Amino acid sequence: MNETIALEVLRYNPDTDREPHFQRYAVPYRDEWVVLDALTHIKDQLDATLCFRWSCHMAVCGSCGVMINGEPKLGCHAFLRDYRNGVVRVEPLDHFPIERDLVIVMDDFMAKLSSVEPYLLVDAAKPLGEGEHLQTPAELNLFKQYAQCINCLLCYAACPQYGLNEGFVGPAALALAHRYNLDSRDTGKDRRAEVVASNEGVWECSFVGACSAVCPKGVDPAAAIQQTKVSASLDWFKAFLLPGGRK
Amino acid sequence: MSRRPYLRKIERHWWLRHRRYVVYMVRELTSLFVALYCALLVDGLVRLAQGQAAWEGFVAAISSPLGVLFQLLCLVFATFHSITWFAVTPKAMPVMVKGEAVPPWTIVTAHYAVWAALSLLVLVAAGV
Ligand code: SF4
Ligand code: FES
Repeated sequence: MNETIALEVLRYNPDTDREPHFQRYAVPYRDEWVVLDALTHIKDQLDATLCFRWSCHMAVCGSCGVMINGEPKLGCHAFLRDYRNGVVRVEPLDHFPIERDLVIVMDDFMAKLSSVEPYLLVDAAKPLGEGEHLQTPAELNLFKQYAQCINCLLCYAACPQYGLNEGFVGPAALALAHRYNLDSRDTGKDRRAEVVASNEGVWECSFVGACSAVCPKGVDPAAAIQQTKVSASLDWFKAFLLPGGRK
Repeated sequence: MSRRPYLRKIERHWWLRHRRYVVYMVRELTSLFVALYCALLVDGLVRLAQGQAAWEGFVAAISSPLGVLFQLLCLVFATFHSITWFAVTPKAMPVMVKGEAVPPWTIVTAHYAVWAALSLLVLVAAGV
């Protein structure tokens, strides 16, 4: 059992490299190994300078996103056996600046995520004495899917609109905004609308649908964005066309 | 240790990299033909308003081989556009009944049903 598999990993060292370049490694092939295991093997046995992020090894933390043969994937969720007899090309996620090797700079996403205030916004907090904020299973079902996001950024790497215009708020942040807008306990929809319903919000999306295709958690950001477009349009009609509308 | 983040440029032919981007580009292209056909219909209305001679000229133009070819092309593209649009409608317009999501295929089928009904209505109105 001396089978090996070739990994081509994009390397970039800001101290010494002018630009990124590929480096090839031969890694033992194991049926049960994922690409993250192969990267760990390289770092432990072959080349300690290789830099990449990971934490949970179980598709929960969202830190190990990379491009594998051109497709955004979680390194811990992509089995070597699916690439057997070929070369596995591992690159940092598309559309983000490379900090070093496979590590990207995600400041842009973090800023966008906070801009949609992805937490419960409540106009008038209920006094503690009045008890919990109850929610029925039906109310939970409305947004549960969008709450599964692990901020892995695969959707940003898949989205050509984000690649072409980095001002775009992007799939995961918009999906999370939608998640809180749909929450029966939340009253922050109008506040979020300033970002969400702006030109660089949902209207920048042309429904390529790639975000939903690559999402490892079934979040379906494309659906969240289209639903937000529908509801933003309805709000606009209500505000400007109906007598007694808001604003 | 210095920070010098490197941003890779998006390739010009990014959309050739994966089937789903190609399908997307084709779909965007089909909307051009949908728009052209709408323009044709508007032109027809204008001619109709201009009187019988103008209208007959319009009918002759769209019945010519070139006119028929153009409309066939529009039909093919519009069909592609509609089918791919119907396929994604459950995403844009999910329906919840009693707290459970209605299965996507029901929403898609409903769209086809409305499409068939409207087409039938148009055919009947046109006296076919
Ligand atoms: S929406 Fe999906 S792909 Fe995007 S960050 Fe969240 S979990 Fe990752
Ligand atoms: S290591 Fe946590 S998601 Fe892959």
